[in-house]
Amino acid sequence: MEHYNMNLNLKVWRQKNCKSKGEFKLYRVENISSEMSFLEMFDVLNEQLIHDGEDPITFDHDCREGICGACSMYINGKPHGPWQANTTCQLHMRAFNDGDTVVVEPWRADAFPVIKDLMVDRSAFDRIIQAGGYISVNTGNAVDGNAIPIPKDDADASFAAAMCIGCGACVAACKNSSAMLFLSAKVSHLALLPQGAPERKSRVMNMVAQMDKEGFGSCTNTGACEATCPKEISITNIARLNKEYLGAGFTSDK
Amino acid sequence: MDDRMSECFLGVIKNKNLSAERWATNHRNMLDAKIPAGTLDEKWTEYKGHCKLVNPANKRKLEVIVVGTGLAGASAAASLGELGYQVKAFCFQDSPRRAHSIAAQGGINAAKNYQNDGDSVFRLFYDTIKGGDYRAREANVHRLSEVSANIIDQCVAQGVPFAREYGGLLSNRSFGGTQVQRTFYAAGQTGQQLLIGAYQALERQIALGNVKMYSRHEMLEIVEIDGKARGIIARDLVTGKLERHFGHAILLCTGGYGNVFYLSTNAMGSNVTAAWKAHKKGAAFGNPCFTQIHPTCIPVSGDHQSKLTLMSESLRNDGRIWVPKAKGDNRKASDIPEEERDYYLERRYPAFGNLVPRDVASRAAKERCDEGYGVGTSKQAVYLDFGAAIIRYGKIEISKEGKDNASQEEIIALGKEVVKEKYGNLFDMYEKITGENPYEVPMRIYPAVHYTMGGLWVDYELQTSVPGLYALGEANFSDHGANRLGASALMQGLADGYFVIPYTLGNSLADEIYAKAIETSHPAFEEAKKEVAGRIQKLMGIKGKQSVESFHKRLGKIMWEKCGMARNAKGLQEAITEIQALKKEFWSDVRIPGEIEEMNPELDKANRVADFIELGELMCIDALNRNESCGGHFREEYQTPDGEALRDDANYMYVAAWEYAGESKWNLHKETLNYEVIKPTQRNYK
Ligand SMILES: Cc1cc2nc3c(=O)[nH]c(=O)nc-3n(C[C@H](O)[C@H](O)[C@H](O)COP(=O)(O)OP(=O)(O)OC[C@H]3O[C@@H](n4cnc5c(N)ncnc54)[C@H](O)[C@@H]3O)c2cc1C
Ligand code: SF4
Ligand code: FES
Repeated sequence: MEHYNMNLNLKVWRQKNCKSKGEFKLYRVENISSEMSFLEMFDVLNEQLIHDGEDPITFDHDCREGICGACSMYINGKPHGPWQANTTCQLHMRAFNDGDTVVVEPWRADAFPVIKDLMVDRSAFDRIIQAGGYISVNTGNAVDGNAIPIPKDDADASFAAAMCIGCGACVAACKNSSAMLFLSAKVSHLALLPQGAPERKSRVMNMVAQMDKEGFGSCTNTGACEATCPKEISITNIARLNKEYLGAGFTSDK
Repeated sequence: MDDRMSECFLGVIKNKNLSAERWATNHRNMLDAKIPAGTLDEKWTEYKGHCKLVNPANKRKLEVIVVGTGLAGASAAASLGELGYQVKAFCFQDSPRRAHSIAAQGGINAAKNYQNDGDSVFRLFYDTIKGGDYRAREANVHRLSEVSANIIDQCVAQGVPFAREYGGLLSNRSFGGTQVQRTFYAAGQTGQQLLIGAYQALERQIALGNVKMYSRHEMLEIVEIDGKARGIIARDLVTGKLERHFGHAILLCTGGYGNVFYLSTNAMGSNVTAAWKAHKKGAAFGNPCFTQIHPTCIPVSGDHQSKLTLMSESLRNDGRIWVPKAKGDNRKASDIPEEERDYYLERRYPAFGNLVPRDVASRAAKERCDEGYGVGTSKQAVYLDFGAAIIRYGKIEISKEGKDNASQEEIIALGKEVVKEKYGNLFDMYEKITGENPYEVPMRIYPAVHYTMGGLWVDYELQTSVPGLYALGEANFSDHGANRLGASALMQGLADGYFVIPYTLGNSLADEIYAKAIETSHPAFEEAKKEVAGRIQKLMGIKGKQSVESFHKRLGKIMWEKCGMARNAKGLQEAITEIQALKKEFWSDVRIPGEIEEMNPELDKANRVADFIELGELMCIDALNRNESCGGHFREEYQTPDGEALRDDANYMYVAAWEYAGESKWNLHKETLNYEVIKPTQRNYK
């Protein structure tokens, strides 16, 4: 792999807290290696800001390997930036060229208020899970793991949905700020397994109700969520969710 | 060094029965592991049969604080909530689902023997003790092995989508340091799936009102009242305000401290602060120098590097590790013919080959690179090659399809598909970071700091030397001795949280049912809060010139060079002096921007780095004290003629439990390890 260095102009959203009004600020970073990750480039910028006596830029991050779902930057008009199936922390600077201008914003959605700069509050996702994103089994209640054989294809499909990292990029990408891809991933993960069957109806009804309460928009099937999802969660999960929801609506005893 | 540690060795009082009196006042002088009586395989059953219970009505009156919601904390908080305790849980991330446990890749062990390949509770126990180089407690490890099977059942019931075979049954893979297939997995995302399972169980308890969750909160102090841990001071990271929380008991499930090395495979936020505060309040720190360096990580690429990425050990099932036979060979890997490659693990350890335990594999890589056989631009890397595996799998697929004369290309194409299904996400991760395609060229890997076996000293009940204060998961020192086997941390975290603490906590809370909740206006809370506020003000008031990050990097460099994969007395002594100087510099020249009462990640980091610096010193002291090599602790002065770790069982078969005794002072307590069932031998993987 060829390595190169670059100078970049950054246009970054700054906002002191949820009450204040934010604005874009311009920064310049120099001698950025193409081998750095995007967040390492931000580390360099922040060190520079600290050195200059300015307030460094706040952003969420933790694992820096694409699995915790914390990082969340809207880069050049795309959640997590230009690469496919990728998180902000896994984006590397070889995606950019010398002299580029890069615009960085937080996730924008009413249900995700800004805490500071590029950091938003995604606790609405936790509350959607609280509404039913689980199987009600207390510790100690389980039968032998192999007592419930599950066809490999079902297990694999369930796993593919369970890979969602709860990052919220799908919401940020959607013009309606819908959380349907996230929600459908959880509903599918559990609905595809026999263990999830007993609570199938109440789960989907309660989770959808909570989603509406949190102020996420409705789904108009534009597919922007699937295109941006770092874990390639398929939009067919939304179809499954709709089916589950309709089925539950007709027969639910609630 | 002797004035630094006055020894007060009181040893272990074993086989005390469960009603043995608590050490309320003298806990500072004594380590009682409280190992139950009976033969090894009866101890846990005996314990459970006789430990005290709290009835459901009383559980509702008892408050438990759980700090940390990774695998250990989430499983504990959920299980205790289910039992009816009033639980408050804390984490510094924005959601419990993001704890560092999420990043675990390879798998989780359990003695299910589904493969009929000779596994058993005893064998898992034996492998863990041996893998830990005979520095773990037999009774704890046996219990871990006993409950391992229940963990898998519980997770399956929660909907954890483990990998399965076509018959619908659970699939297993093998992992380093063992000869059976006992590792359960979900592609390369096992930690994620297990944590999501525990997180969902936790969210359910939150919805039911049994657990109250405090995300974006950092615990900064333990509140001790009448010799017992009774609360915490936590900082709301969004507002910067300090809060007081009472608990009849406090569980620290705050993970490991590998980030003391700055570069490690841990998440950026992983830190020692909670454990360190407990330590300074009287909790002994066990075996702090026992660090695991993982053999298969992506090598450092430059000074900008902020963390290192693991390539799961499961890759060693199929990847072959090699370097060129000639020193300084600069040819591309593909240009080096088979007979000019040195598969050094297969050469040195024919019985285990590429599957030797981590400490052995890491040192062997370092040895080759130090001798000048390393590859890549930095020469600090070895190859992990999937070429042979791709062909092997390709041939199997071809024969399944019943083809006789498939071309080499067809074989390779099919083989790549199989490898992709097994390790796809890891290969993608590697390519994103390095820009190289590991299906075509071998991966370059090098050892990196990964896990800390050391941690808060706990007894059989997981209680620290401060009554009422418990430690679970990677935060405690308990089960892995001097080296942890792959896929055993997830097992231990979930064992502690789902199946151990629900029993052992009840045993001591049964005595607390008359203890009313203490108002947080109590002077001890007031005092603790003042202390924390004072420290934060002091940090903010320094207004120096150097960033927190720059201090952390310098600490990491000292630790990696002098207390890393190989250590010696001279280097450790130097490191202690250097760390003390760094500490002075930190407290006089650190620059923290922003304000106290706002979201201020630099301040959060400063709090953590200040504690890492103190811990670093203790790790070096511990490494210097241990005049032997064992597991991940390799003292260059103590090795066999062929470079293997040389233990000194006569003098060091103990847990070094350090008591904090003021700035840069510690007292050493020794918990002697008695092996009743296993006879320690020189570990042999040849
Ligand atoms: C890349 C990687 C891969 C791994 N793969 C495997 C594997 O395949 N198999 C295996 O068995 N093990 C593996 N491990 C090891 C294993 O993942 C960890 O040891 C284990 O997950 C630790 O779990 P834990 O619950 O103890 O702590 P963590 O998951 O680290 O959780 C710590 C929790 O404490 C909280 N916390 C910390 N300090 C504070 C504070 N002061 N105040 C409030 N909250 C705090 C955090 O917010 C978090 O919730 C891997 C580790 C790494 C780094
Ligand atoms: S569905 Fe995809 S984009 Fe949405 S939260 Fe999950 S991983 Fe993120
Ligand atoms: S920091 Fe964890 S996914 Fe990006």
